[in-house]
Amino acid sequence: MIEIKDLHKSYKMGSNSLHVLKGINFNVEDGELVAIMGSSGSGKSTLLNILGMLDEADSGTYVLDGIPIKNLNETKAANYRNKFLGFIFQSFNLINYKTALENVALPLYYQKMPRKQRQEKAMKYLEQVGLKEWSHHLPSELSGGQKQRVAIARAMVAEPKVLLADELTGALDSKTSYEVMELIQNINDQGNTILVVTHEPDIAQMCKRIVHLKDGVIVKDEKVKQVRAKVNV
Amino acid sequence: MFNRDRWKEILEVLTTNWFRTVLTAFGVFWGILILIILLSAGKGLENGIRADFGDIATNTMFMWTRSTTKAHMGLPIGRNFNYKTEDVETLWEKFPQLRFISPRNQLGGFGGNNNVIRGLKTGAYNVYGDYPEIIQQEPMAITAGRFINQSDIENKRKVAVIGLGVKNELYEAGEEILGSYIKIQGVNFLVVGTYKKRSGNGNGEEGQKEIYVPFTSFSQAFNRGNNVGWMAITAKDEFPITSLKMGIVNEMKRVHKIHPEDTRAIGFFDLYEEFNRVESLFGAMSFIGYFVGILVLLSGIIGVSNIMLIVVKERTKEIGIRRALGEDPWSIRKQILLESIFLTIISGMAGIVVGALFIYGVNALLDANGPVDMFMNPSVNLGVVSAALFILIISGLLAGFIPAQSAIKVRPIDALRTE
Repeated sequence: MIEIKDLHKSYKMGSNSLHVLKGINFNVEDGELVAIMGSSGSGKSTLLNILGMLDEADSGTYVLDGIPIKNLNETKAANYRNKFLGFIFQSFNLINYKTALENVALPLYYQKMPRKQRQEKAMKYLEQVGLKEWSHHLPSELSGGQKQRVAIARAMVAEPKVLLADELTGALDSKTSYEVMELIQNINDQGNTILVVTHEPDIAQMCKRIVHLKDGVIVKDEKVKQVRAKVNV
Repeated sequence: MFNRDRWKEILEVLTTNWFRTVLTAFGVFWGILILIILLSAGKGLENGIRADFGDIATNTMFMWTRSTTKAHMGLPIGRNFNYKTEDVETLWEKFPQLRFISPRNQLGGFGGNNNVIRGLKTGAYNVYGDYPEIIQQEPMAITAGRFINQSDIENKRKVAVIGLGVKNELYEAGEEILGSYIKIQGVNFLVVGTYKKRSGNGNGEEGQKEIYVPFTSFSQAFNRGNNVGWMAITAKDEFPITSLKMGIVNEMKRVHKIHPEDTRAIGFFDLYEEFNRVESLFGAMSFIGYFVGILVLLSGIIGVSNIMLIVVKERTKEIGIRRALGEDPWSIRKQILLESIFLTIISGMAGIVVGALFIYGVNALLDANGPVDMFMNPSVNLGVVSAALFILIISGLLAGFIPAQSAIKVRPIDALRTE
């Protein structure tokens, strides 16, 4: 699904440049649930941004489901993000003047799907995350866990190839974190490929594979025995 | 563009901060209101002055004779000459662009002696020998009877059309006028009609104290032979008299054996040129109206642009999210532009409506209090309103352009980092 070869990225900070990613090589198969772990400054967010086409690598290749991702203009990048990727952010990033349903339907709107069809589909995904009754509430009327579920529904709605989650439990207490992770595991069980960036070991243990990043290189890449979230709740 | 979700979003964005939106809209509202009021005031002045010109055929020149100032073809300097009735034929032949050529003769004049008698009453009036066409060049309303006509000319009937001023002085109230006789310099004329001229210009009073008689009867009764006192010449609408007048004057010089360089011998007055001078004043006024109005509008537009920049700044994160979800940059740019155009047009429309109400109020006030000098029926026409709308759309685009650019310039990753 994802093939990355020799990825380099550095940022210019005034006169000196900061080498963040120093040659990353890794592949993700279809249906994997991968945790990317590392302390802050290890380059994990940068890697995720590059995978999410929000940022561009200086060198190296990135192939997503057979499509080489390089030299994208903004319009094309937006198009790819819409079709191939679903984002889940730490701070939820819902649009606060739109209802849960509208938020979920946004990616479909950008695909120019007709209104009715779009709402039906968004409703289906809201139902899947268990928030059907909350569809007409604004984000401000939802709890943190509910917001993250809406965000997950939004990431899922366009049926992307890969879900990218950036510290998706960072703003949640451990009980809700586990609930959210349970949802993620269920989604993964249905065969979706998911990448989770986290620095919490217990969250990482709920994935099937952990990639450890340190100072811009992969130091450890291991398959783990998945801990089901349900048991912990 | 006419997409329900897009419009819903525009309304959502603009209504989140009502007070700010209204304040911003006020700038544009004010600009367009000033524009409309200035233009309508200019139009009111124009209408007032035009009304003073009345229905006078403005494409007209008057031409009279003076004594020559150069000897020519054996004829001496200081010679007096008269136009002849044949000159009219000559002009018709040479200048097919003309619409009316009215040869005229006159008795009396400003401060003249009493020249008209009726019974025991006398008065001093201007008496004109005219052709029926003069009523088209110097419009007057016939209040009773008729004006002179072609058979009066052919039969040299001694008939007269008198002004209301003449009637008031020579007749008692309620007296029968039509069919009575007045004696003009000892010659009896039958009164067949009365007229009233539109007053308004300075000599309104004087204009009502005139008597019109057929040109031919005038010539015969007062021994003018085939002399013509002066001529009122009107060209067809598509030929400005100003461009024809030198040709006419030169033709008259040729016919009357006047030195071509003698500029004094033929006197003339070009009403059209005078009228155009006033016209150009109107042009200048509407230019000032547009200029000032658009400048005021511009400051309103800068306000809109400013607020849109702030809106974009506030929504940087939102824009980042939307781009991460895959909205294409063009769509975002369109959104910002539409918001700006929508705000501009709504507030502009409000300005136009209030401006129209204002004009309506002024008109009602004018109607209630009677006419005012040099000011009448202020108005803006549909052309001005559509021009204003056009200006609004353009300015909405301009106002949104810079904010829209700045919205898509932010990279989604930076936008997402903004807290």
